[in-house]
Order: sequence, then C-alpha cells, then structure tokens
Amino acid sequence: MKKFWRSGDPFIWLTGGALALSLIMVAGLALLVLVNGMGFFWPGELVRITLAADRVVLGQVVEREPVPRPEAPPGTAREYRIKVKQGNRDLYGADFVWVDESDIVGRETPAEVVVVERREWGDLHGVIEAVKEGDRVAARGPEAGWNALRARLLEAARIHREIRRIEKKEIGAINHAQEKIRLRLRKPELGGVSGGPEVERLHGELARWQGEYGEQEARLKELRLRLRTSVVVSAAGGKEKELPLDQVVRAYRPNQMGVASKAGLYLARIWEFVSGEPRESNTEGGVFPAIFGTVMMVMLMSLMVTPLGILAAFYLREYAKQGPFVSAVRIAVNNLAGVPSIVFGVFGVGFFIYFVGGTIDRLFFSAALPTPTFGTGGILWASLTLALLTVPVVIVATEEGLAAIPAGMREASLALGATRFETTWRVVLPAVMPSILTGLILAMARAAGEVAPLMITGVVKLAPALPVDGFWPYLHLDRKFMHLGFHIYDVGFQSPNVDAARPMGFTTTALLLVIVVSLNLMAIRVRNRLRKSYAMSAV
Amino acid sequence: MAADIRLARSLNARAEVASLLEMPMVEIERLSLWYGEKQALRDVSMSVPKHRITAYIGPSGCGKTTLLRCLNRMNDLVDGVRIAGTVRISGTDIYEPALDVTELRKRVGMVFQKSNPFPKPIYDNVAYGPRILGVRSRADLDAIVERSLRAAALWDEVSDRLGESALSLSGGQQQRLCIARAIAVEPDVLLMDEPCSALDPIATARIEELMLDLKAGYTIVIVTHNMQQAARVSDYTGFMLLGELVEFGVTRELFTTPRDKRTEDYITGRFG
Repeated sequence: MKKFWRSGDPFIWLTGGALALSLIMVAGLALLVLVNGMGFFWPGELVRITLAADRVVLGQVVEREPVPRPEAPPGTAREYRIKVKQGNRDLYGADFVWVDESDIVGRETPAEVVVVERREWGDLHGVIEAVKEGDRVAARGPEAGWNALRARLLEAARIHREIRRIEKKEIGAINHAQEKIRLRLRKPELGGVSGGPEVERLHGELARWQGEYGEQEARLKELRLRLRTSVVVSAAGGKEKELPLDQVVRAYRPNQMGVASKAGLYLARIWEFVSGEPRESNTEGGVFPAIFGTVMMVMLMSLMVTPLGILAAFYLREYAKQGPFVSAVRIAVNNLAGVPSIVFGVFGVGFFIYFVGGTIDRLFFSAALPTPTFGTGGILWASLTLALLTVPVVIVATEEGLAAIPAGMREASLALGATRFETTWRVVLPAVMPSILTGLILAMARAAGEVAPLMITGVVKLAPALPVDGFWPYLHLDRKFMHLGFHIYDVGFQSPNVDAARPMGFTTTALLLVIVVSLNLMAIRVRNRLRKSYAMSAV
Repeated sequence: MAADIRLARSLNARAEVASLLEMPMVEIERLSLWYGEKQALRDVSMSVPKHRITAYIGPSGCGKTTLLRCLNRMNDLVDGVRIAGTVRISGTDIYEPALDVTELRKRVGMVFQKSNPFPKPIYDNVAYGPRILGVRSRADLDAIVERSLRAAALWDEVSDRLGESALSLSGGQQQRLCIARAIAVEPDVLLMDEPCSALDPIATARIEELMLDLKAGYTIVIVTHNMQQAARVSDYTGFMLLGELVEFGVTRELFTTPRDKRTEDYITGRFG
C-alpha cells in the first residue's frame, strides 16, 4: 500500500481527473449553449391541435413537461403538458400557449398552413385565404394564394429595401447636413449675432436642404403607393388578418418542406441573425450592430491598452530602481485586476464621461449644449474604461516576459555599442512581443465578456446608428453602441416577451463565444508566428 | 615615460622586457574595484600588447572576468560598483567622465561565456552592430556580413541559410556567430570571457584556431578556466588570485618557470 502511494500513480490520476472535470464543465457549457441556441433557427413543423370545447391551436411544439401537481398522492400517473408557439401575437395576445395533453382531441399537420415572418408582431400562422392587389383579389385559396404570394414577395422586398435605403441614407444625409448648419447657426446666436450675410447664407442652405427633403419624401410616397399588395390569412380560431406584403420578411410552408429546403431556410435565418438589425425590441431579427459594437469596442480597447501596458511594464522592469516601492506598485497593479468591474464602470462615468467628456463638450461642442456630445456614455469612454480594467493583465504579462529575457541578450547588445534605448527597442521589445500578445489575448477575452461597466458607460439596448458610417469623420467615438454581452442580458432578462426571447439569448451567447474564440485565435496565430522567429530558448 | 617605467617595475622582469618591445594596446594602472563592500580587484597593473592574445587564468571568483569587463565598462551596469585606477586603451582613459561608453564598446568587442545570439536571423545578428552604427545600404551590410562570417570561419556553413534563426545553429556555431557579430563593427580589442566553457573539444579547437587567425587583426584578451587552452593559444598570460594579479608574463615562461610560488602551485594543480 505504501508503495502504491509512493509510486505517484494516485497523483497522476488526481491531476488527470482535475483536468477532465474542467474540460467536461467547459464542454458542457458550450454544448448547452449550442443545443439551445442553434435549434432556434430550424423550421419545425406546424401542428394543428384540436382541443375539447372546440378550441384549435396551430403552432410549433417547443417544450413538453409534466404538469406539476404537488397535492396529488404518490403513485398517480403523471400528466404532461406541451408548450406551443402559436404566433399571431396581435390576434391572441401571446405567442406561446400551454396545452394539457389530456385536453387534446386531435393532432394533425396540415400541408397548406403557412408561417409568415413579419417585421412587426412576430410570426403569423394560418392558411392563406387570398392575395389582394389593392381591393382587387388576385388569387384565392391556399394553393393559388401561395403561388401568387411567392411571385409578389420579391418585388415587395425590393421596394421595402429601397424605402429603407432612402430613409436611412438619403434622408439621413439631409438630416446630418441640416444638423451641422443648425450648429453653425447656434454659434453666432450664442455670441449675440442674429443677422449678417453669413447667417443669411446658412439659412439659404437650410432651405435648400429642406427642398431636397421634400423631393425624397415625394419619392417615398410614390414607392409606398406601389406597395398595395396584401395577403389575407385565416388563423386558427377563425380570425382573419390582412397583411401588407412589405411587412413580410419571409413566408414558408414548413409541413411541405424537405430537409434540404429546411436547411436552406436554416442558413438564411442564421445569416439574417448575423447580418441583420434587431426587430421587436431585440427578440427577433439580427444582432449585427451588437457584433459590430463588440468587435469595435474590443479593438479600440486593445489599441489603448497595449501601448499603455507595455510602457508601464517597461518602466517597472527596465528603468525603475527595484526596491520596496516598486514592489508595492507591482502588488497594487496586480490587485487592480481583482477590483470588481462595476467599480471601473463607476470610475469611467465619474472621470471619463463627466469630467473629461464634460470638459471636451464645454471647450469644443458648446454649440450643441445642453445636448452632450462626449459628456455622455459612448464607445470611446467604454473602451477606455475597459482598457483601464485590463491594463494590469497586460502589465503583468509583459513584465513576466521581460524578466524571462536572459541578461546575456541585453549585454550582447550593449557590448556592441548599442545604447540602452537601442537595446530595448531592437532586442528586448521583439523578444518580449509574444508575452505582450499573451497579455493582450487575456485582456481581449476579459473585455469581450465584460458587461457591468459597459452598461453605465455607453452600451444601449438599441443604438440608432453604428459608430462607423459614411459621414465625416466616419468614426464616431461619441456614439452609444450595442454589445453582445449586454444583448444577452437584455433579451434574457429585460425582454417583454420572455418566451420568444429565450432562444435568442442562447444564440447570442453562442455567437459571443464564437467571436471571443476567433479574436483569440487570431492573436494566438500572430503570437505563434512571432514565437517562431523570436524563440527564446536555444535549440 | 616615468609612469611607464614605474609601471614596468611592478611587472614580472621578463615580461617587462618582452612587453616593452610590443606596442601596448590596453594599459591598466592600479585598478581596484568594489562590488559594494566587497573588493573584487586589488591594485591591478598590467599592459596588453597589440595584436597578441593575452589570457587571464585563475580559480573561480579570482576577479578575472571582472577585470575583463572593466575593459569595456560592462561593470557599469552592476549596481553599487566602485572603481579606482585608470585603464587606457590606445592612450585614451576610458574612465574619463566625458567618454562616450557606447563609442568605447564599439572599439572593444566582447564574446560571452554563454553564447548569446539574438533570437533573430543569422544575417541580422551579424548586421546588428553595423546597423547601430548607421550602416543602411544593403550592399554594404551584405559585404560586412560576409566578411565577418568568413573571418569567424562560419561562412561556408551558413551562407545558404542566412535568413534562418540564429538559434537553429549548434552551440559551437552560435559561439562563432557571436564572434562574427563582435568583429562586424571592427573593434580594436576583442574580449572573450571563457568562450569555450560550454563547448565540446572539437568546437573548442575550432574557436582556438579562429583566435589564432584573428590575432593578426585584433588584440585579444581571453579569460579561461582551462590552463591548457591558455598555454595553447595565448602569447601572454596573467595569473590572478583573490582579485590580485599575481604574475604576468610570456605564456611559455609563466608555465615553465613561474616566479611566484602561488602560480606554481596553481599550474601544477596543487590548489584551485
């Protein structure tokens, strides 16, 4: 027995077991997220359930669970109930309904039922009654109606896109220009001037833009007139709904689809999720603005934290006289990594937003006051706050890298007549680069997953515009932005429609994981390439 | 001149004759050095002749490496070091406050005990010094790299893989690369701190051959643990003990007829 303990085998088993346990936990988490998130886009079949008392429910079965009956005596047969996504929120008031299986009289999967994904009010489930052009009926009945709908859907989507484009791009540009002119008009006003050729000229320009706005409005009106097609769908329970075609995102008949077309739809919906904008208070549509915001915030943070962390670490390790004071500074820096992130958020609000941002506003954007420009949360302040949060990680990693560089390497450079700075720049910095990247990887992973400090420094539920667009100066660091981490919190816990939003939370989590992993992989690749050329140890 | 005679008087009589015939490259006069409270060099005086190999031998901790590192002021990097006495190289006092240390180090190259190539390509290792000096033209750098690698007897082995990492070379090749790197800036003096202590006998033999080849162009000062090596390659040898230069003289004479009892004990293996 003693021999067994001394052999070290139990220790090997212990280490292996610890590793296996961690792996299982991580894999379990990833699996849970993926299973819950990725099934969301798969079009399930639509079941028509007839209940006692002549109630009919048409929808997709999403969950089945035993009915909780705490008062029932033990040994009673369990009864189950199912959760059905019935859609038609505008007609029934809720997307989801629980049905006791004991109440079910009949189930069938009728082929002609159609799912219409709408821009508002969620899905519409039902049978097509007719397709109308204005008041004229173009097709009647499920089959003819379906064909007529499909034929007209592309055109409607094209016009809808055109309308969106005019609203966003053309009218957006006019608004932007007018806002700038108004700001320029404010300046002389603040100085007590209310006339003069310059003011006249600006007013003239304002009027010219207003004219242009009128033109675009007319175009929109004309386009909207062309959107006269609508589809009439009768929902379960006999209610009818007439839906203009530009409200349709897509329509499909899940009970007639094969695996291939379902897979096609699945991919299309994933693509919409990744590239589209959110609808219906984030419970539908895509999360592209959140992806963009997350990635851009992490990039900005990296840009700020890397130089800061490297310089601080170089001073601490290369120039500062090692002693109790430097040790104290080092301990303080390490402990900074343990400060709750919300504290950094509070600091960001107090210092960056109110003090720095407020000062910038008073000095440079006084014309826009009292509307704050930089004196409110924005992507710049959020990135700076996170840079502050992650700078200890970069400092510690860089310092450790510096300590690992053999003294001989510095001496070799100095002995060749290089100055201290030349040695640092040409020999030490390249050699410490892999360590710096390690620090940056850790910092990025931390920043991408952080939510608490962002909530108070610039993240919003729905940002009207991306921080990058076509208007000068193209990069709008003062803008608020969306973030995947906050998005998860928002759809998961703040959504008015919890049932509809829950799968969205899982999908967004999966996406955030994918983004964090790919950002890390990118940095790891760079580090490995650097390691190859700056390998520290001799062969 | 008076100083020279006074200096000469403190030296071994035979070395005095021999080294007075030579051009002195490095002149060390009453050099003492302290690391904090601990004295590492005691009143060392000697002169290193030009275009000769001078070796320091002695037991570990006797101060021979410290003495070597005084010649390019590498000891300046150590905290709490204090130096008294003068060191002149080609007549210039290198401890003069106005002296530019980087200038000095360009004239006094150094090869270390443990080979320490930069983790860069072979080419960049050799070109490092010239680039620091401001050589930018690719053609000039190419010429310098080839000349230095040829001088270090490494060219034939690496000419087709100059872009590979220096760390892919063997230990002996790395040490020769360090020599090539040191002579790429064309120093007057080459300091070698136990350059072969980490090498096998074959690699050691190559380095020793190389030193003999380089003697024509450079003044070489070598610190070695290995008395056979000192006997094989050096023209002059100094024996150091406890920070003191016990005896300094022509190598053959120091090994065959040492004047000092302590030198004799050391070279015959009675202590150390």
